[in-house]
Parts: sequence; structure tokens; C-alpha cells
Amino acid sequence: MAIAGFSGGTAKGSSKRNSKGASKSALKGDRKGAIVAGILLIPGLLYLALFFLTPLVQLVVTALESPDASGAIGAYVYDFNVQNFADVAVKYSLQIFRSFGYAFLATIFALLISYPLAYFVGVKVRRWPLLQRMTLVLVIAPFFISFLLRTVAWKQLLSVGSPLLGVLQNIGLVPHDGYFIGTPAAVVFGLTYNFIPFMTLPLFTTLERLDGRLIEAGADLYANPFKVFTKITLPLSMPGVVSGTLLTFIPIAGDYVNASRDFLGSSDTSMIGNMVDQDFLSNQNYPYASALSVLLMATILILVSIYVRRAGTEELL
Amino acid sequence: MTSLASNPAASNPAASNPAARNRRKYRVGDSLLWVYTLLALVFLLTPIVYTIVFSFNDSVRSNTVWEGFTIHHWTNVCDQPGICEAVGNSFFIGGVATLVATIIGTMMAIALVRYRFRARSFVSLLLFLPMATPEIVMGAGLAALFFLLQTNGLDTFAFGYTTIILAHIMFCISFVVVTVKARVQTLDPVLEEAARDLYANPFKVFLKVTFPLLLPGIVSAALLSFALSFDDFIITYFNNGATKTFPLFVYVSAARGVPAEANVVSSAVFLVAITVVIVMQVVSAMRRKKYSA
Amino acid sequence: MERRYQWCGITLANSVKASSSGAALELVNIRKEFPGFTAIEDLDLKINAGEFFALLGPSGCGKTTTLRIVAGLETPTSGRVFLGGEDITDTKPHQRAVNTVFQSYALFPHMTVLDNVAFGLRQRKVDEPLKKAQDALALVELSHLADRRPQQLSGGQQQRVALARAIVNRPSLLLLDEPLGALDLKLRRQMQIELKAIQIEVGLTFLHVTHDQEEAMDMADTVAVMNKGRIEQMGAPEALYDRPKTAFVSKFLGQSNLFVGDVVETNDSAVSINLHGNKITVPVARAEKTAGKIAVGVRPEKVQFHESAPAAAAGQNILGPGEIIDIRFTGVSNQYLIEIPQVGSVTVFAQNVGKSPVVELGAQVWVSFKVEHAFGLADLPVGTEED
Repeated sequence: MAIAGFSGGTAKGSSKRNSKGASKSALKGDRKGAIVAGILLIPGLLYLALFFLTPLVQLVVTALESPDASGAIGAYVYDFNVQNFADVAVKYSLQIFRSFGYAFLATIFALLISYPLAYFVGVKVRRWPLLQRMTLVLVIAPFFISFLLRTVAWKQLLSVGSPLLGVLQNIGLVPHDGYFIGTPAAVVFGLTYNFIPFMTLPLFTTLERLDGRLIEAGADLYANPFKVFTKITLPLSMPGVVSGTLLTFIPIAGDYVNASRDFLGSSDTSMIGNMVDQDFLSNQNYPYASALSVLLMATILILVSIYVRRAGTEELL
Repeated sequence: MTSLASNPAASNPAASNPAARNRRKYRVGDSLLWVYTLLALVFLLTPIVYTIVFSFNDSVRSNTVWEGFTIHHWTNVCDQPGICEAVGNSFFIGGVATLVATIIGTMMAIALVRYRFRARSFVSLLLFLPMATPEIVMGAGLAALFFLLQTNGLDTFAFGYTTIILAHIMFCISFVVVTVKARVQTLDPVLEEAARDLYANPFKVFLKVTFPLLLPGIVSAALLSFALSFDDFIITYFNNGATKTFPLFVYVSAARGVPAEANVVSSAVFLVAITVVIVMQVVSAMRRKKYSA
Repeated sequence: MERRYQWCGITLANSVKASSSGAALELVNIRKEFPGFTAIEDLDLKINAGEFFALLGPSGCGKTTTLRIVAGLETPTSGRVFLGGEDITDTKPHQRAVNTVFQSYALFPHMTVLDNVAFGLRQRKVDEPLKKAQDALALVELSHLADRRPQQLSGGQQQRVALARAIVNRPSLLLLDEPLGALDLKLRRQMQIELKAIQIEVGLTFLHVTHDQEEAMDMADTVAVMNKGRIEQMGAPEALYDRPKTAFVSKFLGQSNLFVGDVVETNDSAVSINLHGNKITVPVARAEKTAGKIAVGVRPEKVQFHESAPAAAAGQNILGPGEIIDIRFTGVSNQYLIEIPQVGSVTVFAQNVGKSPVVELGAQVWVSFKVEHAFGLADLPVGTEED
């Protein structure tokens, strides 16, 4: 199902021959068209305003609250307390650093693992459509099984005493007396695994559209496969790289399941999400939790806008 | 690889020219790519296989060590307290959220592709943002909003089914729009004009031409929405109140060991979903083949 | 709402029944403005019932917009549309007894060929839609493909299905939007013959839009040449070819040699112009202008060339001497390009029947054409100063 979600644009439309006159008129911005467009858009816009924008505003408001004078737990009043931001930035600096560090590493790993895979599915096997589709189904198969359960599966597959950990110890990746679950490496491993399909699908979408004749022409001109890749394939697949890295980096930076103690992490691997969870749901320190969330969101927005501008792909949706 | 071995480069006069050498490099690269893909797929599928296998594990409480084969957990899923209720909740919430999000999102997708208006880029941005927002931020934000509404006496927004459904609709809309939009873009507006020309009134045009042609996109969007809703943990966790969904059941039980019944549920959902997707892919591949023949 | 649709159904059924032999179309003062440009400027057009009418022009001239206004897919900024004497300007496409064969055919991909053809009949709740659809498919000789999907058909077959889907409704007026544009040349010529035959058989009014002048002249009873949102000239194909009235028509419909000069003498029968010392005469009846600067044209196949200066004779225009600067062999004819000092280049088509003199590139020749073959235009070619 998610195949269509991300690669829907690749559907080879049977009707590419949109006649000139018709599309011109269908897209014209006359008054009647504007009214129809308005009617179609209003429910969605209203919904997103109410349940996406308003919560963000409320989060900012909550982030500026101070404890109530009564001192009751969970009672706060708004008094434009900017200090909260500075407090959480200092208090949770380690978690903030971990979140973005883990997200950066996991995104790189996911890209390195996904690119050849997407190239295989999108370019190598395009002559056999059924094989292509089946491989793609296998790539996104993890989507169909519970996110939490597949993380639990890795935890058990790599826990002390498991055959897989034994193999890793024998080839020297993990010390013989050591453990893997609970280490930062395990968290990055889990994050990478869980978000690989988010990286592979956009990569597949652009590589699938890549004109095979360009590669042939490249082979003819540059001859060297490495040069063909760096001069033709890679630049042409940049849009996929950009959206893939965004679709991976953003959710990873906000994730806290992989890093939490009951899954692949330990108290030494907690990320921003774990702290928001703790402050919001356990400590009832809503201002801190909100301030930390706002900080996360703001950082991501800044990073994303710099990244998108650098990469030069404005049209993301 | 065997073809390479049986065709030694030395005996091939073309091997001395760079093009032939490169062709050979390509062939070696090809074989490596096949092997790599196979390994990558094994990596991706390992936890799935593990989950399915351990749904047959004859374990009592903690499902961590293989203790023998049984189908007991499959035949008595609901014996595990709370699991069937959680699964039922997930289906109900997923169903309602999918229905609403699909309708709202489809309308928006049509508007975005078919009409030019000034606020277009703003609408696109508003639709992109939820996909660029970490779940933890949306979860906390919604919780903060619902909390405010409750403390002001709006009991409708008490944490529970309503709040979860409202949250799920929100994050599903953007994905529906992206999915359906791709389909609308391939729909030639001339087809609708042809229907109008052939005496179909606007309602009939939608019913007989637009809707049937958009249906594959709408179905994919609905399935995607349902999958997102069914598997959502973080946002739900912040807004659930006393209502338990299946991911919450798994999360809570993770601390003391996830019971095999959870594997049963997840495996069943997986097998149904993968079957549906494979059948859909095979059918459409066959149809395409038939047409191009 | 329900009531209105019922009402529409009744009027439709009636008008369609009444119009089994086609109806006249009249466009009065049609103007269509899009943001930033005017597609049609004050267009008047009358098409008689049962006529095969071609609207010919280059892309972007407004011909497709005109067609879409007639179909109801576009609303004119001002002006009225009458079909069979009835004002249909404000009716919706589905309320008009007009059907279109779209350029891209616009066959519904999710329906069989038969369901495509029956679509209009079903919408109008006509009895026995499938039987009538079968009959229409038989007319275009595609009965054996009724159960296929459009994607499984060839371009020519799709074109016929689109035609059957439109004519099965027996519309008062059938609109054809470059329906042969996507076909290869051979198939196109074949379809032209079939289309004309079907039009005669069903007796409908056809409005055919095309940029292919040969197609328009071959099929239509009347051709209107459109340029920049206006109709430049309208008439029978022969008349249009024989006596174009504007520089655009003379160049768009076939080829023309144009000479621009000042009128020096006008009498009852002829207009004479001075072309840098050369005199060219045009019959008054064939000249749009009788004073000032005027462009006179002649078709290349009406021009002869001579290796020695021909004797001046009444009823002959003679120019020269000039030099042959290009010769092209096209099979049925040879095309010569002759550069005459002070006059410009003249194209001559000489039929390949062994009669024309054998000349080489660079040879010195004179050209002549009959006064009665010349035509005087109302305007000057683009790039010529009006003073």
C-alpha cells in the first residue's frame, strides 16, 4: 500500500497526451474555478489549522509558562517565561546532541544501504516488471509489520546469548564478553533499520524515472562505470536523495522508541523524545516538555530549509 | 560468473580495448549488485520472519526463547488479556480516521492539481509541514491543546477515542493528498470534457469518469492511511487517555516481555496486507502486459 | 435540481430527434479573452445544415477555442451561439445536441469500446443503447473489437471509436478537433475519405478544425481560414485557392508569389501597378484594392519561364530577366527559384511532363503569367511598409 504512497508519481499514466486547450482551461484561475477549489480545500485547511497549527501554537504558549504560585504539580500559568528554552537547552544538551548525532549517522547509513538497493529495483530489473514489483514489495514489507514488534525482534535477535550476537562477536564487531543491546550502536542500528524503506522509496521513484538511454550515452562518452555513476546517475537522482534523507532524518531525530530502555537503548542513549515523554507524561513538567519540542521542531525547520536551499529542490510536495 | 570464467579475457581479442574491459566491469558490478540486493533483503526481512516464527513459539509469558512449536496462540489470541480489545480499538480508529482523511485529502488533491489559485504554495506548505514534523512534537502539541480544551470544560476532548481519531486524521491527510495527487496528475481532463460532451451532467461526470479513474489512487491512499493509523505509537501514546490501541499494548508489555499473541496479531495483519499488495501488483502487471501486447 | 435535469432531458430528446439531419450553426460577434491575451476577436460565422465546414489555421489562431465554445466547454466573453436557430450560448455541454471527436480521442480507459460508444446514449436514456452502439461500430467497421479496451487498439482504430461514439448520438452538429492529427500520413488520407463518406451517409453538419490545408481543402464544402483570432477569409476551397484576399491566406493555403508596388493606373477592367519599372496588371474584379500600395500575387504553378524574352502580349504579365538560383526536383514537378533584380525572387512550379525547357542553375530567364491568374490583396505581406 505504501508503494503507491511514495511512488505514486511513477504510475505510467495512460493519458500523457493532455490536450493543450483542455488543460489550459482546466487550470485557469477564473472566479468559478476559485470557488470550486475553495470548497474542495476548506475542510482540509480548516482541519489542519485546528489540529496541526493550533497545537503548535499551544506548544509554544505552554513552553512560555511558569509554575503556578500554589506550587501544585502540573499547574502552570503563562508569563512569557523565555528562560524555559535556555533551561532545557542546558539541561538536555546531551540528549539534543545525541538526537541529531544519531539521526545524522542513521541517515547516512540508510542512504548507503538504500542507494544500491533502489538502483537495483529502479534500474537493473526494470526489464522484468513483475520482478521489479515483487522486489519493491519486499523492500517495503517491514511497513506491514508493527514498528514496535520489529524493534523487539531485533532486541531479541541481538541479545546476549543469541546466535546472531555470537556471529558478530566471532567476526570481531562486538567484543567477546560485550553486549550490543543498550549501546549507542544498537540504537543507531535500529533507527537505520526502521527507516530504510523511507529512504529507499523516494530513491526508487527518481531512479525508476531515470532514462536508460542517458546511462547508455554516458557509457558511450565516459566509458568508465564509476564516471557514468558520478556524472549522470547520481546527479539525476539528487531529488530522491534529498527527499529520502529528509523523510529519514526528521522522524529519526524525533524518535524515542529505539532509544528507550525497553527496546534497543539504555539510560545512556536517551534522545529528545525520551525527555519529552518523561517531562510531559511522568513529571508533568509541561513547559519543559513543550520548550524541548519547540526547540526540536525549530532546529529541524532551520536544518531542513538550509538543506533544501543548498540542494535546490523547492518543490517537495 | 561462470560465463566470465569460460570466456577468458586473454583469448578474446576485444578484451584489449577499453570498452570491452568496461563491459566486463559492468558485468562484475551486476553480479555484485544481485548479491548485495539479496543480502539487503535478508536483512530487511529478518525481524519479520522472526516475528512470524515466534508467533508459533510454545511460550507462556515472555516470548524470548524458542520452546517448541504450537498453534495455540493463533487459535486462542484473545486469551491474552487486553489484546483483542486493543486490536478492535485499532481497527475502529484506523477505519474512522482513514474514511475521514481519505475524503478530505482526495478533495484537496483534486483542487491542487486542477485549479490555479493564489494560495497554492501556502496550501502545499501546510500539507508538507505535518510530514516534516516529528511525531513527538505533534503528539505533545495535540496533547497540550486537548489538555487546554478539557480544563476549559470541553469534555468532548477528553483523552480517548475522539482525541486519538482527531490526531490520526491529521497526520493521514498529507499522505492521502500526496498519493491521490499523483493519480489526479495522470488523469487527462479531456476525458471529463468528453463525458460532459456526451450528455453527462456534472454529477454523472464525477460518478462515471472521474471517480472510477481516481479509484486506484484513492484505494492506495486509504490503505496507506489505515497502515499509518494502525501502526502509530508516539502520537497515540500522548493522546490516548485510557484507550488502548495495539501498538500501546505492545509498548506496555515490552517492559516485561511481549506475549506471543502480539506476534500472532502482527503476523496476521502482515500476511493479509502482503497478500493484498502482491495480488494487486500481479494483477496490474498482467493487465499492463495485456494492453501493451 | 431533479426537476431541472428532467426538463433538460426532455428538451434534449426532442432536439436530438428533430435534428437527425443536422442543424445550422451561427456564431454572432463571438469574443473570447483569456487572462493576458485575446483568443478570438469578434468572430461571425454561419454554417448551413448538412455542410462540411473546415476551420483552418495555424496553432494558436483560436480555432480550437472556437470549437470549444460551440461544444460549451468554454464560455465566450461576449457574443451568442445559435444552433438550429436556438440560442444555446448559456447551455451546458451536456445539454447541447453537439458532440465532439477530440484530438486525443479521449476514450474512457476504464470502459470497453462498446461501453464507450454507448455512453452518450445511456446518459440520455435512449432505448436499446447497446444495439445502437453496435450499429455505430459496424458503421466504422469495428464490430469485432467491441469488447476490447481502448488501450488495446491502434491509433486508427481508436480514432474510429471516437467517431462512432460521437455520431451514434446523431448530434445536430459534429465537432472534429484535429481528429486525424495523430495518425500517419497514409492512414490519414484513408481516414479523410472515410470521414467524408460517413458525413454524406449520416447527413450531419460537420465542423472540422485543422491546421492541415490539404485536409481542409480535400474534405470541406466550405473552408474558413483563421489567423490571430479572426477569420481572414471564408469560401469554397477552389475559390479560396484561386482568389486569396489576404497575404496570410495566400501563403497559408498553398504557396504564392507576391509583388508589392504602387497602383499607376485603374480602368474599368484592370489595375496596373509599377514594380520598379516593371508593369503588372490585375483584373479589377480580382483586386481588393484599386489605389495606393498593393500586393499582387500569383500561384507558382501558373507561372512559366522562358529562355529568351517573350514578346509583350495583352493579357500577359512579363518579368525579367532574372537568374535561376535554385532548382528542386519533387517528382511530379520541378520547382525553380528565380531571382529578378528590383522585383525579388519568384517561385515557378513546372510539371514534369517534359515540356518545360531544360535549364541549369544560373541560367538567365524571363517569367510570365496570365493577367487573369493574378490577384490583388487587401493587405500587404508582413514586413512591408504601408505608406
